[in-house]
Amino acid sequence: MSLTLLYVQTLNGLQLGVLLFLIAAGLTLVFGVMDFVNLAHGVQYMIGAYLAAMFTALTGNFFFGLALALPSALLFGLLLEFFIFRHLYARDHLDQVLATFGIILTLNQAVKVIWGAAPLSVPIPEIFSGSVVLMPGLLYPVWRLVIIASGLAIALLLGILVTKTRIGMLVRAGATNAPMVSALGVDIGRLFMIVFGFGAMLAGFAGAMVAPILSVEPGMGDNLLILTFVVIVIGGIGSIRGAFIAALMVGLVDTLGRSFGPSILRAFLDPAAAAQTGRALAPMLIYILMAAVLFFRPAGLFPAKK
Amino acid sequence: MIKAKLFVTLGAVALMASSAAAQEKLKVGIVVTLSGPSAVLGQQARDGFNLAVKQLGGKLGGLDTEVIIVDDELKPDVAVNKVKGLVERDQVNFVVGPIFSNVLQAIHKPVVESNAFLISPNAGTSNFAGPQCNPNFFVTSYQNDQVHEVLGKTAQDKGYKRLFLIAPNYQAGKDSLAGVKRHYKGEVVGEIYTPLNQLDFSAELAQIAAAKPDAVFAFMPGGMGVNLVRQYRQAGLANIPFLSAFTVDESTLPAQKEAAVGFFGGANWAPDMKNPQNEAFVKAYEAAYNSVPGTYAMQAYDAALLIDSAIKSAGGKLSDKNALRAGLKKADFKSLRGNFKIGVNGYPVQDFYLVQVVQRPDGKFATSLREKVFSDYVDVYAKDCKLTN
Repeated sequence: MSLTLLYVQTLNGLQLGVLLFLIAAGLTLVFGVMDFVNLAHGVQYMIGAYLAAMFTALTGNFFFGLALALPSALLFGLLLEFFIFRHLYARDHLDQVLATFGIILTLNQAVKVIWGAAPLSVPIPEIFSGSVVLMPGLLYPVWRLVIIASGLAIALLLGILVTKTRIGMLVRAGATNAPMVSALGVDIGRLFMIVFGFGAMLAGFAGAMVAPILSVEPGMGDNLLILTFVVIVIGGIGSIRGAFIAALMVGLVDTLGRSFGPSILRAFLDPAAAAQTGRALAPMLIYILMAAVLFFRPAGLFPAKK
Repeated sequence: MIKAKLFVTLGAVALMASSAAAQEKLKVGIVVTLSGPSAVLGQQARDGFNLAVKQLGGKLGGLDTEVIIVDDELKPDVAVNKVKGLVERDQVNFVVGPIFSNVLQAIHKPVVESNAFLISPNAGTSNFAGPQCNPNFFVTSYQNDQVHEVLGKTAQDKGYKRLFLIAPNYQAGKDSLAGVKRHYKGEVVGEIYTPLNQLDFSAELAQIAAAKPDAVFAFMPGGMGVNLVRQYRQAGLANIPFLSAFTVDESTLPAQKEAAVGFFGGANWAPDMKNPQNEAFVKAYEAAYNSVPGTYAMQAYDAALLIDSAIKSAGGKLSDKNALRAGLKKADFKSLRGNFKIGVNGYPVQDFYLVQVVQRPDGKFATSLREKVFSDYVDVYAKDCKLTN
């Protein structure tokens, strides 16, 4: 029993990990390349989920909904960049934090005005609505496997994009030394815009993919945003590879810690104390992980070389 | 200090008297959560109260009524400021609210020490039911523990030997599981506290599947409940009875839909309760707001009727606080839930039911009464209240 439970929980951890990666990828690029702290990145995840819910309801098909939601999320990201973020690049971090925090408040409220305060739900697409039996009594929804698979596929694509293409090279160069890239004749403004829009779309994609299993509600991105920052700090700011490894680490540590922490502690403590300590410790684990990583590698696991 | 307070009170009384002489006008302040993820609960309470006022022709107790609505934003500090505005600036006679217990802890003192009565249409914490009970505080919902006790009693009565418990890791979550255990004597095979606002329960569901309990008890209010219920169904666990409190109700069902059908909850009422006043209420509410009313709307509606009955019993004299208080205690109105009295501590004495989620013929989802679990149930803290009737 214990071993199957371990497999199942590992899958759950992977699923959280790839989800975090999809959001963190955009955030780490924006932070690394533009040196821009974007707290509103979690909002783009929420917008993606809402757009998917809206277009799915309109078209009656999740995949049409997704196909419409992605360009809309991209467009929305570009609009935000054009009207707001562009004017903040040159400001210091405090201004950026304040402005993007304001965007969180505004958009959370706007979403409520448009779609209402009650949570929305999106049905799982028909062909992936089945489940597989992973352990006796537990069905694992195929959709969760689809999330893992699509997340890994996107990670691979991003890896190729960043390491093998010209635009990827510029992004990496920008993460290392943006003024130099600009001095070499690259239109850094356009590069920023592309990176930003792309990041917004990835976050939107993550939101759309979880819409069938999580409720779509105002503020749904806020909690995830904190985890995402943990991921990019562990991974090293500006590094896609770091974000990927860190996201999987955080996903696994969080999920496995929550489910097995108390039983492991039981080996050392009496059951009541173990349960108590386990409960207190489990939510802290990822922050302990972050502290440990930063102690040994202050710039994260794979820092962009400065 | 005391002198200053006395002057303020005297001033207020003088003001009240002079305005009473001109024309008695009733002011009610409503403080509920109208923003954030839990806004839908506050909207139900607001709509339920407004519906009652509208049906009574804009008059409670025969007096012209002004309803002032404020949003507590689910932040105790914000709530205190706004409530002080209601009782000091607007000079309201009644404050109706809040939805959440932590807000109640904050606004209780400023209201009960003012010239107004506080009527809670939802939150009913244990401290104000017991030693800290107050003659100016009334509740039209329940004492919080009672709803959880319904499920513990049900699990015990149905003979479930092994129960799995899950709740968010905060005070209400701990109170919830304590309430369940008060009547459940079987084995608790698992007890999980999840971080507040956790949205993905895959890790917990795997543990439930591994533990193979006879039944699961969950307390997961709001969006957390939407996610837990849908994921519980997706994980194929729906053959294990799902007992819950504040997890499947009319505020979450529009998002849970089919996933929640057959799941159990505990309540003092359900929309399909059979009595003429309730049938009329549900029909009017659905026509006005295009959604199925939940307990939040029902309790706020009853709060309006309670105020109406108290003013009538005091002969329309808002300045006579003792008469008003006596009227509130008498609760001489037809509650939507039928059997309803106000106990010594200001909390209701009423029946509790096991409810189950059904899909109605019109396609909407609602809870439906299954069986009565407690009759004329007095909360366990009332014996510590030193007030007398």
